[in-house]
Amino acid sequence: MERELYKLTAHKLIEKLNKEEITSQEALNSLKNRIKEIDSRVRAYVRVEESIKLANSPTRQLANILNGIPISIKDNICTEGLNTECCSKILEGFKPPYDATVIKKLKEAGATILEAKTNMDEFAFGSSTENSFFGPTHNPWDLECVPGGSSGGSAAAVAAEEAIFALGSDTGGSIRQPAAFCGVVGLKPTYGRVSRYGLIAFASSLDQIGPITKDVKDCAILMNVISGHDPCDSTSANIEVPDYTKSLHNDIKGIKIGIPKEYFIEGLDLEVKTIAEEAIDKLKDLGAAYKQVSLPHTEYAVPVYYIIATAEAGSNLARFDGVQYGYRNTQYLPAGRQGAIRNTQTLIDMYKQTRGEGFGEEAKRRIILGTFVLSHGYYDAYYLRALKVRTLIKQDFDEIFKECDCIVTPTSPTPAFKIGEKAADPLKMYLSDIYTISANLSGIPAISIPCGFTRKGLPIGLQILAKPFDEEMLFRVAYAYEQNTPWHTMKPKL
Amino acid sequence: MEYEVVIGLEVHVQLKTKTKAFCGCSTEFGKEPNSQACPVCLGFPGSLPVLNKVALDYALRVALALSCQVQECTKFDRKNYFYPDLPKNYQISQYDLPLSMNGFLDIYIEGKAKHIDIRRVHLEEDAGKLIHRDEASLVDFNRTGIPLLEIVSEPQLNSSQEAYEYLTTLKNIIEYLDVSDCDMEKGSLRCDANISLKKKGVQELGTKTELKNMNSFKAVKDALEFEIERQTELLGDGEPIIQETRLWDEKEAQTVSMRTKEEAHDYRYFPEPDLTPFIISQDKIEEIKKAIPELPREKMLRFMRDYGLSEYDAKILVSSRKDAEYAENLITAYPNEDKKPMANWLIGPLASLASASNISISEVKIPGGGREFINLVNFAEEGKISLLVAKSVLAESVTSQKLASEIIQEKNLFQISDAETLDNIIEEVIKENAKSVNDYKTGKGNALMFLVGQAMKKSQGKANPRVAQEILKKYLEKIS
Repeated sequence: MERELYKLTAHKLIEKLNKEEITSQEALNSLKNRIKEIDSRVRAYVRVEESIKLANSPTRQLANILNGIPISIKDNICTEGLNTECCSKILEGFKPPYDATVIKKLKEAGATILEAKTNMDEFAFGSSTENSFFGPTHNPWDLECVPGGSSGGSAAAVAAEEAIFALGSDTGGSIRQPAAFCGVVGLKPTYGRVSRYGLIAFASSLDQIGPITKDVKDCAILMNVISGHDPCDSTSANIEVPDYTKSLHNDIKGIKIGIPKEYFIEGLDLEVKTIAEEAIDKLKDLGAAYKQVSLPHTEYAVPVYYIIATAEAGSNLARFDGVQYGYRNTQYLPAGRQGAIRNTQTLIDMYKQTRGEGFGEEAKRRIILGTFVLSHGYYDAYYLRALKVRTLIKQDFDEIFKECDCIVTPTSPTPAFKIGEKAADPLKMYLSDIYTISANLSGIPAISIPCGFTRKGLPIGLQILAKPFDEEMLFRVAYAYEQNTPWHTMKPKL
Repeated sequence: MEYEVVIGLEVHVQLKTKTKAFCGCSTEFGKEPNSQACPVCLGFPGSLPVLNKVALDYALRVALALSCQVQECTKFDRKNYFYPDLPKNYQISQYDLPLSMNGFLDIYIEGKAKHIDIRRVHLEEDAGKLIHRDEASLVDFNRTGIPLLEIVSEPQLNSSQEAYEYLTTLKNIIEYLDVSDCDMEKGSLRCDANISLKKKGVQELGTKTELKNMNSFKAVKDALEFEIERQTELLGDGEPIIQETRLWDEKEAQTVSMRTKEEAHDYRYFPEPDLTPFIISQDKIEEIKKAIPELPREKMLRFMRDYGLSEYDAKILVSSRKDAEYAENLITAYPNEDKKPMANWLIGPLASLASASNISISEVKIPGGGREFINLVNFAEEGKISLLVAKSVLAESVTSQKLASEIIQEKNLFQISDAETLDNIIEEVIKENAKSVNDYKTGKGNALMFLVGQAMKKSQGKANPRVAQEILKKYLEKIS
């Protein structure tokens, strides 16, 4: 019995724990055994060797919902005393002195934070988890394929049943796209719904932490725990959190769905198109009405994103300089007394060496891009203009939501691609975010749920978008679809 | 000089809020290095800033006191550059939508008013402190994140004296607002200067240099004067002025080049995404305006009007708000209609005592407090004790912490004004100082004052000098 506990959803485990049929220690052991068994092939976790050795016992507190259940955390969310490195060399050895607000909330709800963090593209820069300092994660459905990114580790772990549920972060699609590639559920909350305090920042006006789970109910449970206003985050919304599980009533009669024509054009893989259209037909069968709508500024979303996000990222990553924490080229360590920083020149040398050696290719690319778009003489043409177009993109959605309850699109234009296939062409890689990026630019919530498989057996994801703070609509539609399809019950053979 | 001097000043003032601008760390000065720091002000990964509302209130107070227009919608921006005392390698500051703009300050040079426009007043965070040792540089982050107000003047100051006046006037006002200690030694007030020269009559401004590292108002004045000379010489030789930043070297009394314009930073300002833009309501502005106390100039004019003080005296009294309020309490409590005697006592003897102990007049501990002090002043005014005696009684009273009235009683210091007692003293003085008497008869005017002095000596300072002088004169006339 214990052997198979790792297969259960969080809500099933909670039920059994409440009935005292099992203990949380048993659940944790089951999961850790599963990780030992398969992670060498999937590589969803990083620094797993040291942490699995630790026999951490779950904390069981009174009146907590999560009952000691283990949760897997992406490597860019700060956990006090546990290595948090954003899968980058420049943060090697970094142990935050504080917990992110979501971690605090999870602990208060009784969750056990797994010490091994999940793999990610370095600093969340990527759509495939190939940019990790620790090497790529493998898609559990086809180990030669990428799991998507940047929360590839979290998505793969949940799909491979070596995580009960997980947290990821989404700046341009980094929760939804890997969820789609791995056939699991991933949700990006409305900007400001979940606190960013403790999330190592990529793009401050776009980032959100969100759940990656086996099914929609687990996602709702997790959203209940992590959502809410945080006085430590000036961008978090002071809006009440509803009970998201109340939206899970398997009824979407009369819901008005918008299908944006700009998302069904050339570049969309034929299989993905077919499967997505079948999913939309299913929603119709379940009682939803649909109409074709237009998001006219869609074609500008990717360039606007890559200007704004890299500008913010370049500034956010300036703090990684070898001065206080993380990697510093040993030449400049005071202990050795060699090459001590005696003057401005050696200081600049230290910055250059540290950042040159500590950052990966993609990180450097984005920092340089971000610095360029903000620089003297270029700010107006690039950054300022991008901010203005961003408003237009948001207004496109505002218009649609006047008549529609939600918007449905494929999550990604292609299924999971092979490891190495797009790595050489960064622009090609950027275009894989084309359907997810607009939600971040507009701040609206979006969820990806599995909606089928390609002939080769790779999962396809369906994306649902709703207006700000209407995650309830997402849960309602996603749950109804999920409960009337078999996808969420299918698991990869590992 | 054929050149006109053009100076603009950029003043940074540390606001004395209890906690930092964007986190809850204490701002107390002089604590153990890195004992007042947290993930936010240390710029740790994942940390986020939250605005300290009191810092905003203090900033508004200054902006309104300087008659600035407050921006209804304002925001913060990131100023990006790399330095070890700046943990995030960007400073949260304000760029194109600052808190307030277009204010002014009036300075007074030899009684004449000069209107100096203030371009802007905005809020930002301070950096840490670097301490350079032989083996390494050390960083103390206690100061990182302390709220700073940046006050930028238009380049309308035309001499080092005007710059000095501007600084003292500004400091005076800010002290009155109780938002900063304005102590250049502790770094709670810093000043950078921009200076250029242009030919008289020409509209176009000359090339400016930026001066930094001046640690006192005097240093600002000296640095400006040095720079005026340096630039004048260069221009006289036909040499161009290089636009650069120069550091004031106090020891060598000269400015030294630090960096040229080509090496100047591109700060790549952009709106701070971690802090939302916000609106300052009319209500808030009214609330802050009401809380602004009477400012130094107004108080000075009122002292002159209501208490008949000279501008010179009034100016001294208002140089510190605490002292001004203390002085005003005493002046109003002083029973005479003519307040000048009390003002003189405050500016004279009390101020001397205070400065000797390096404290302010309101901090001088007078036993019996204001009442006793007023009595003492009264005694001196009514001639019951001589002014000289009164001064020494005050000093003794403060040192021994004995009541002034007690000291006067015990030592029997009452002034001798009655003719009979004085007669005897004067007789003796004349007998003992035959030479001086002779000097007086032969027209040496000093001799009289000398003899009065002798009379004071003989009476242990108790003789009424005016009366003694009259009696002396009478006696001296009688002598042939």
